[in-house]
Amino acid sequence: MDVNEVLLPGVGLRYEFTTQAGERIGVVARRTGEFEVVGYLGGDRDEGRPLFRLNEEEAEALAQILGAPRIAERFADLTREVPGLSSEPVRVAPGSPYVDRPLGHTRARTRTGASVVAIVRGADVIASPGPDQVLRAADVLVVVGTREGIDGVKRIIRD
Amino acid sequence: MHVSIALLLELGLILAVLSVVGSLARRVALSPVPLYLLAGLALGQGGVLPVPAAEQFVQAGASIGIVLLLLALGLEFSIAEFTTSMRHHLPSAGVDLLVNAVPGVVAGWLLGLDGVGVLALAGATYISSSGIIARLLGDLRRLGNRETPSVLSVLVLEDFLMAAYLPVLAVLASGGTWWQATTGALVAVGAVLAAFAASSRWGHHIGRLVEHPDNEQLMLRMLGLTMVVAALAELVRASAAVGAFLVGLALTGQTAERARAVIAPLRDLFAAVFFVAIGLSVAPAALVPVLPAALALAVATGLTKMFTGRYAASRDGVGRRGRLRAGAALIARGEFSLVIVGLAGTQLPVLAPLVTAYVFVLAVSGPLITRLTGTRPAQRPSDQLQGT
Repeated sequence: MDVNEVLLPGVGLRYEFTTQAGERIGVVARRTGEFEVVGYLGGDRDEGRPLFRLNEEEAEALAQILGAPRIAERFADLTREVPGLSSEPVRVAPGSPYVDRPLGHTRARTRTGASVVAIVRGADVIASPGPDQVLRAADVLVVVGTREGIDGVKRIIRD
Repeated sequence: MHVSIALLLELGLILAVLSVVGSLARRVALSPVPLYLLAGLALGQGGVLPVPAAEQFVQAGASIGIVLLLLALGLEFSIAEFTTSMRHHLPSAGVDLLVNAVPGVVAGWLLGLDGVGVLALAGATYISSSGIIARLLGDLRRLGNRETPSVLSVLVLEDFLMAAYLPVLAVLASGGTWWQATTGALVAVGAVLAAFAASSRWGHHIGRLVEHPDNEQLMLRMLGLTMVVAALAELVRASAAVGAFLVGLALTGQTAERARAVIAPLRDLFAAVFFVAIGLSVAPAALVPVLPAALALAVATGLTKMFTGRYAASRDGVGRRGRLRAGAALIARGEFSLVIVGLAGTQLPVLAPLVTAYVFVLAVSGPLITRLTGTRPAQRPSDQLQGT
């Protein structure tokens, strides 16, 4: 599935995708942390019909319901087979210093030994991201490593 | 400490009036800016309510208002957004500049303004109000529309051009030569680029200068740094506004986000004071003779903005109605047209009343036209059911 990312200068970002049933959906992520979900229906494909508005907390809840944990779960299944190895999702808060900076700047693997094996961004999953991959607010990093390693990554991303 | 009863009373009354007109404007989903201007006109000498004691405070507050408006603009700015806008909409920005500044030049020439006046008027007709428009698109829930990125890109590029334009204007208005003005502009553009480079490379270190977990500390540091840089910029005649803009640009990431939140109420207060000051500086009697010119200019530059918006949206492959919506959205002029008047000097004849009337017309009609243009035709209820 292709998710189209459109920059809204001064306002935030818009993600657009078409569902299998042919419905086009847009999600406006505002800088203020609010989200707006619109549908493109009917004749004018340029005009979004507002469906609902979510504040930061509501959006978080919806995201939890919809996706991020399930992807992390799949990795958890994988790591269960190797003793001592675990996996956990680490969310990049909007206030994190690494927002809009490359993953490589965190030097997470060098400092903690844990690896970021995927980035969940909205509906997209970036598998095995390179050091040049730029992190965005609300990304969820899927981290694989030892317990201590994962906690280290959490600390790095947080402050 | 001596308390001036007259000052407190007059300020209180002014703020009360602003709050009433502001909430009225919001109720009908309009920008309060034109009503603040009107309030300024109604107050003061020759108006309904003279406020001699508060005038001094309003004048001082107005310059702080300009500084905070530009600081907030700089804080909003992100390099990624700017480069993306440049890539897609550089031709739109060219069209925008050409078709919207030229009517200002022509009008200024016809009205017999001097060089500074013509330049100021061109700027005032060129710059759309990013404040009014971004808020309007959110309120009308058009952020999901395909034409919206085109509109916002044009606004970002306009705002950026202000960084080069304002110092030129400031130098010329203070009696400098064209040569000094060009130097001033070059210094300002160089400083903007340096601020960009610094913020992308060492943004966190610059942030550390003002960063503090306590909001009060953050505010004091932000304001202190901004005012000092603004004063230094004014000293080298590059305009305090540009100095403040630079401080905003140099701060990025979390610091910028928190700074925006902390500055917002102060900016709202002092920007309102600034709009009132512009209204105060215009004698209601001076407004009448410039009304026809202001109206004609408003109609002409309303149409040219329509054209700009349609062109920008067509570059993004937007359909006919979306192009109309984009054009209508760009019509509103507001805070920066007034900042330009503030810099060019409110004492210039004709210019201040002309731009005040002009902004008033377009800040009211722009959002109204936007609201009515290119919306979905009225639907039958059955469509609605099927649609969702």
